Amino acid sequence: MLAEIPVFLMLVGIAAYIVLAGADFGAPFWALTARGDRAEEIREQTHRSMAPVWEANHVWLIFVLVVCWTAYPDVFGSIFSTLWIPLLLAAIGILLRATAYVVGGVADRTAIGWVSAVSSLLTPFMLGTVIGAIADGRVPVGNAAGDPITSWLNPVSISIGILAVAFCAYLAAIYLAADAERSGKDDLAEAFRVRAIGSGFVSGALALAGLGVMATDDRSIYDGLVSGAGLIAVIVSGAAGLAAIALLWLRRYPAARVAGALATVAVVAGWGLAQSPEILPGLTIDEAAAPENVIIALLFSIGVGLLVLIPSMLLLYGLVLGGRFDADPQKEKGVLAPPGAGIDPISSPGRRAAIGAIVLLGLGALLGVGLDGGFLMYLGILVLLTGLGTGAVLLARS
Amino acid sequence: MIELISTIGAPFPVVDQNYLLEARQMQALSFAMHIPFVCFGVAFPALVVFMEWLGQRTGQPHYTEIARRWSKVMITLFAAGVVTGTLLSFELGILWPGFMSNFGDVFGLAFGLEGFSFFIEAIFIAIYVYGWDRMSPRLHLLTGVPVIAAGITGSLMVIAVNAWMNNPGGFDMAGTEVTDVRPWEALFGNSHLWPQLTHMYVAAYIAVGFLMAGVYAFLWLKGRRDRYVRTAMLVPLALAVVAAPVQLVIGDWSAKNVAESQPVKLAAMEGLYKTTDGAPETIGGWYNEKTNEIEYGIQIPKMLSLLAYHDPNARVQGLEIVPPEDRPPVNVVRIAFQTMVGIGTFMVLLSFWFLLSWFRKKQVPRSKWFYRGVMLAGPGALIATISGWVVTEVGRQPWVVYEILRTESAVTGADGIVFGFAALAIVYSVLIAATIWVLFRLARKPLSPGIADDAVTDDRGTPVAG
Ligand code: HDD
Ligand code: HEM
Ligand code: HEM
Repeated sequence: MLAEIPVFLMLVGIAAYIVLAGADFGAPFWALTARGDRAEEIREQTHRSMAPVWEANHVWLIFVLVVCWTAYPDVFGSIFSTLWIPLLLAAIGILLRATAYVVGGVADRTAIGWVSAVSSLLTPFMLGTVIGAIADGRVPVGNAAGDPITSWLNPVSISIGILAVAFCAYLAAIYLAADAERSGKDDLAEAFRVRAIGSGFVSGALALAGLGVMATDDRSIYDGLVSGAGLIAVIVSGAAGLAAIALLWLRRYPAARVAGALATVAVVAGWGLAQSPEILPGLTIDEAAAPENVIIALLFSIGVGLLVLIPSMLLLYGLVLGGRFDADPQKEKGVLAPPGAGIDPISSPGRRAAIGAIVLLGLGALLGVGLDGGFLMYLGILVLLTGLGTGAVLLARS
Repeated sequence: MIELISTIGAPFPVVDQNYLLEARQMQALSFAMHIPFVCFGVAFPALVVFMEWLGQRTGQPHYTEIARRWSKVMITLFAAGVVTGTLLSFELGILWPGFMSNFGDVFGLAFGLEGFSFFIEAIFIAIYVYGWDRMSPRLHLLTGVPVIAAGITGSLMVIAVNAWMNNPGGFDMAGTEVTDVRPWEALFGNSHLWPQLTHMYVAAYIAVGFLMAGVYAFLWLKGRRDRYVRTAMLVPLALAVVAAPVQLVIGDWSAKNVAESQPVKLAAMEGLYKTTDGAPETIGGWYNEKTNEIEYGIQIPKMLSLLAYHDPNARVQGLEIVPPEDRPPVNVVRIAFQTMVGIGTFMVLLSFWFLLSWFRKKQVPRSKWFYRGVMLAGPGALIATISGWVVTEVGRQPWVVYEILRTESAVTGADGIVFGFAALAIVYSVLIAATIWVLFRLARKPLSPGIADDAVTDDRGTPVAG
């Protein structure tokens, strides 16, 4: 059981990265495709609304990598050596995106927009193919043991790569619609709403097509996705996706964001469920896991880290979503208001839940590590996970 | 132990990698890109927050204006640090899967903690930079504190990994299997950690101090001697001139540490072939791999023994104690070391010049050469920092994990790494060009009204020396 927890955390991290950074990768797509009178406005909005949370979103990826190499070192070595080409290209995309982001703050947007959009397509696509390669069982255990090309350029990987691109655009459109509405730009919100609905349908269709592709490929995880817990996850994801579109129709943007996030989380969960207990072909999670004390130490540090991190995250997202970093501060009630004042999207029951989550995390960390082995340790880890889950829900809601 | 090395790590047998050199250079390039940004991530927040604090203490607007403008520079450089760091994490797997799969569980924890540190740093840097005028000044100042703290803990963690690679511990070897991993001991029970951390930390302050001072020294030389320029030059300069002499002492600590646990690295740094009692120090020159002697160097008798062991007759071990295939490339290590020490000495002289003039005459040096020196010291500090890392990393060769895992056993078996290297080099050039361009743009932004035409007196009321 202990050996599986890090996988679970990695899946949480991947879901968080898709939900949070996905919107960031999708935004330039809309900036680039913007035409007509409102084009300039759209570009402006896409840049501005991402800027303050850019780096923070990004750290989720690092989190996933670090958990992977600490808890399942052989898996990390196998994946990165076989899939080095898409991974390097994804990293280069991130690098270019950052360059565009840094330069975009002071430069005019046209050329930058191109670099940014190209890199934004590159990274989700490549990371999508990596997920596809793992899900399709094309990464054998060993140093560069898989095929350097067909491991990630195959129908399943490609369809997941394309899905990832569409999905990022979709998440970005929802995010931008909500953001525009909040700053009182209703017609801009309307423009993004239309885009969100459109790209939502495209993503849904691509997801179905992807399932179809998997069905034709015998080594894929298709069977796991259409039976048992995997199937439930797929259904939840589909329902959440439809709900998101309905909510967009009704202009309930914050709720649509939650539904969109849920659709992502469910897909990722489905992937995990369909693939377990194997993590790579012939290698189960248990076999791949690092020694127990290493995993406990890792969980302990993650617990302590989250203790500091969750309140900080809530503060940042609260400030951003509360509109406190928007262009004109005079719009706000009091410029020198206390820090809590900006955090209105987090209601007070939410705040109580946040405190609860932090207490749970602390308790769990103490129990899990202070008591080496035995029943209490598992209890502690359970408490830790509950806290983590609550925190994740809170973040998704904010 | 050497037999065991080639078979270590059952699922990751040693592969034939024709491009080991390219892989190493790709790693080196990426580090060389990351390190300058890191210096800013470590040292700059403290400087900016200090400026803001000065502004609040004295109520003088030019301090606040400096802090505000620098904070924009800070977040730009931070973003560059984040992506170059992300790339490094990718490369650990792309280039060195054998290293990661055998030892990821031993040191991975540190990167986990590092990740959290940078999470915190990223969050509060955003709050700090986007939060000017949107919260009370005191609160704003407070949001800078987590940025400073996270910079410290973050670099502590990475350096813990590097120190572990230099002085591995916290695990046992049973045949070729890594067993009984004790991650906390591996990372924090390591004598190399503290000198390396302090040395890097002070290096970051020196680099940022001299670089920032250098920018304003340039304006100073062009005749801009208003309060704004004076303050923006003197505060970072004060930091750097204090830190530079301290670095000499810490460097000596580092060197003793190396002498004790990595005698071959020390021998390579000094180009010493034969184990010698009362070994001399040789400055300059070129190590001839055939004769095993340094040609054209200047010798100072007994100096090396004195420096390394604080005893003129101490025995210093030479390269001969290990077979040739276990020696690092001597000239690379030695030249890098001499570059670092040379630049360090130059900066100490500059510091004494400034301190003498400040305490004896109560004014900043008059000579233009001093300011030219400051302008040189900034880039010099970056060169010294990178050279220092070359000493550490290349000096450890052929080992990735000292005396446990060879670099050629860690490298990926993938073909075509060269192309990755080329692509990366191009992208890095773009990133550097873009960052420099943005910094120039930020610098050209006009000052807030009221600051630019401030009186040409310094903050203590004395007319500025010219
Ligand atoms: C501003 C930068 C700077 C300056 C002026 C110096 N160093 Fe340094 N040095 C570094 C920046 C640095 C570094 C980049 O920070 C390194 C690389 C790894 C480390 O721990 O610090 C380093 C490494 C390093 C090492 C290798 C440590 C190891 O392998 O574990 C030694 C022996 C020294 N230094 C010694 C010195 C001496 C005797 C100096 C006297 C002037 C000196 N350094 C000045
Ligand atoms: C803690 C942080 C680390 C820093 C700052 C660092 C720094 C550097 C630098 C500056 C170089 C360039 C040397 C050259 O010019 O050839 C280098 C090379 C290298 N680094 Fe590290 N390193 C670190 C940790 C690591 C890690 C975790 C690995 C993992 C494998 C690693 C493996 C290597 C290898 C194999 C080389 C090539 C050596 C060569 O070119 O001869 N280093 N590193
Ligand atoms: C093996 C070597 C290294 C790796 C793999 C690495 C990895 C990373 C990563 C992934 C980030 C981005 C964190 C984020 O997303 O916010 C980062 C940033 C950073 N790293 Fe490194 N790093 C290495 C070497 C170093 C060294 C030697 C230091 C310094 C002493 C250092 C200090 C920092 C700092 C301060 C940042 C924050 C960004 C900034 O302020 O520029 N790193 N590093």
